[in-house]
Amino acid sequence: MADHTVKAFDDDLDSLKTMLATMGGLAEEQLANSVEALSRRDLKLADSVIQADDKIDAMEAAIEEKAILTIAKRQPMASDLRALMVSIRIASDLERIGDLAKNVAKRAHAFTDPVPRRLSASLERMGKLSQAQLKMVLDAYAASDVERAMEVWRHDEDIDALYNSIFRELLTYMLEDPRMIGTCTHLLFATKNIERIGDHATNIAENIYYLVNGRSLREERPKKDMTSVTPFSSTIEK
Amino acid sequence: MNDMSFKTVLTPAAPRILKQRKPKMTAKEVNVYYGEKQAIKDLSINIPDRAVSAFIGPSGCGKSTFLRALNRMNDTIVGCRVTGEIKVDGQDIYDRDLDVVQLRARIGMVFQKPNPFPKSIYENVAYGPRIHGLAKDKTDLDRIVHESLTRAGLLEEVKDRIQQPGTSLSGGQQQRLCIARAIAVSPEIILMDEPCSALDPIATAKIEELIHELKQNYCIVIVTHSMQQAARVSDLTAFFHLGVLVEVGDTDEMFTSPQEKRTQDYITGRFG
Repeated sequence: MADHTVKAFDDDLDSLKTMLATMGGLAEEQLANSVEALSRRDLKLADSVIQADDKIDAMEAAIEEKAILTIAKRQPMASDLRALMVSIRIASDLERIGDLAKNVAKRAHAFTDPVPRRLSASLERMGKLSQAQLKMVLDAYAASDVERAMEVWRHDEDIDALYNSIFRELLTYMLEDPRMIGTCTHLLFATKNIERIGDHATNIAENIYYLVNGRSLREERPKKDMTSVTPFSSTIEK
Repeated sequence: MNDMSFKTVLTPAAPRILKQRKPKMTAKEVNVYYGEKQAIKDLSINIPDRAVSAFIGPSGCGKSTFLRALNRMNDTIVGCRVTGEIKVDGQDIYDRDLDVVQLRARIGMVFQKPNPFPKSIYENVAYGPRIHGLAKDKTDLDRIVHESLTRAGLLEEVKDRIQQPGTSLSGGQQQRLCIARAIAVSPEIILMDEPCSALDPIATAKIEELIHELKQNYCIVIVTHSMQQAARVSDLTAFFHLGVLVEVGDTDEMFTSPQEKRTQDYITGRFG
């Protein structure tokens, strides 16, 4: 799109985009480290994730302030207004992703028993999937690429499906050996958090759609996370 | 009004406001020429009753020219020619048999710079009803003057000095006096050509509040350079560029997601 007659307005929008790219990179790193910290039970790495969350929170505050200031100064219209609103919303999604990653890292401290190999593999796989989703949606935002954003939006069901199977797997472990209940509960929360991170990535994708098209995505997203409506008895029979 | 021929306009759907309010004015394939120069090109638009329509666009885009065509103000300009059809309530305003004076009593106008007559506040408002013979007697005329001043939100401020010259008022008050003068003859339509561009923000806010009140009863058309003002006061927004009506639509949509790139560029400050 052509530049504004007032160049400083372009600078404002550009710097917001740069701040969001930095924040997005940080969130990606936090997510990767938290999954690694948990599956390898690396407490040092977990602590560094917990500490780094403050940086993400500070970035959200800075982006929000910058966006509000720009709205006040420039009275943006149409695509500019959307760009500013969307930057605030994406910053808040990224902040939530940071919180969830921190929560995953915290759980490395919560249990001492080793994680069964199959489970840690599933956990890593889910981490990889959500990382890929987050990376792709951030790239889509940087390029204002709706097609790629929609790809992220559609692929969230893969994460949901994986979460579903891990949920069942964890239940099986717990049924077989009650001593596993502690570890498995923590892992259940951790994987739920990673699944939520996927949801935030799709929120960002929806915002990219709105940013580019000027209207909200009303279509219902395919959902595969059935754990909240799965009766306990049906999982035992498996 | 189903045969809306928006030849130059790209809107996906007819504006919602035109479904809620019947069109008061309809223009069809209007062209305006100043001598050789064509100022308005093949313009068609429906203007809703009891709503505010805003014309926006860069200087020289034809928005004021078109506004003036709506009450035949261009008649007085030598070499100005209007073709096409402009109707008010289905009646062609360029009909040869039509009395222009009567037409302008139905279509009031407010200008960029407040232009009160060099007479008292009272006389400024009483002048129109008097020459059009709208008042039965002095009491009736007093009533019309007071009502008009009240509607224009000015009575409280001037009731103690109603015999003082209109020019003694502040700029914002003068503009509201001009609006009171315009509504004193009970028009159906009020055209406003940049009514706030000479006013400070508080006076502007008062005029905007007034416009909001007036749209309950009148069809209002406003030309403005301030995009924010158009966004604040209008229901329908029409974007003009180089004599062409580029896009017309509900204000809500025009300022959040315009369809046309030229509209987008203009309202986001990328050209002009």
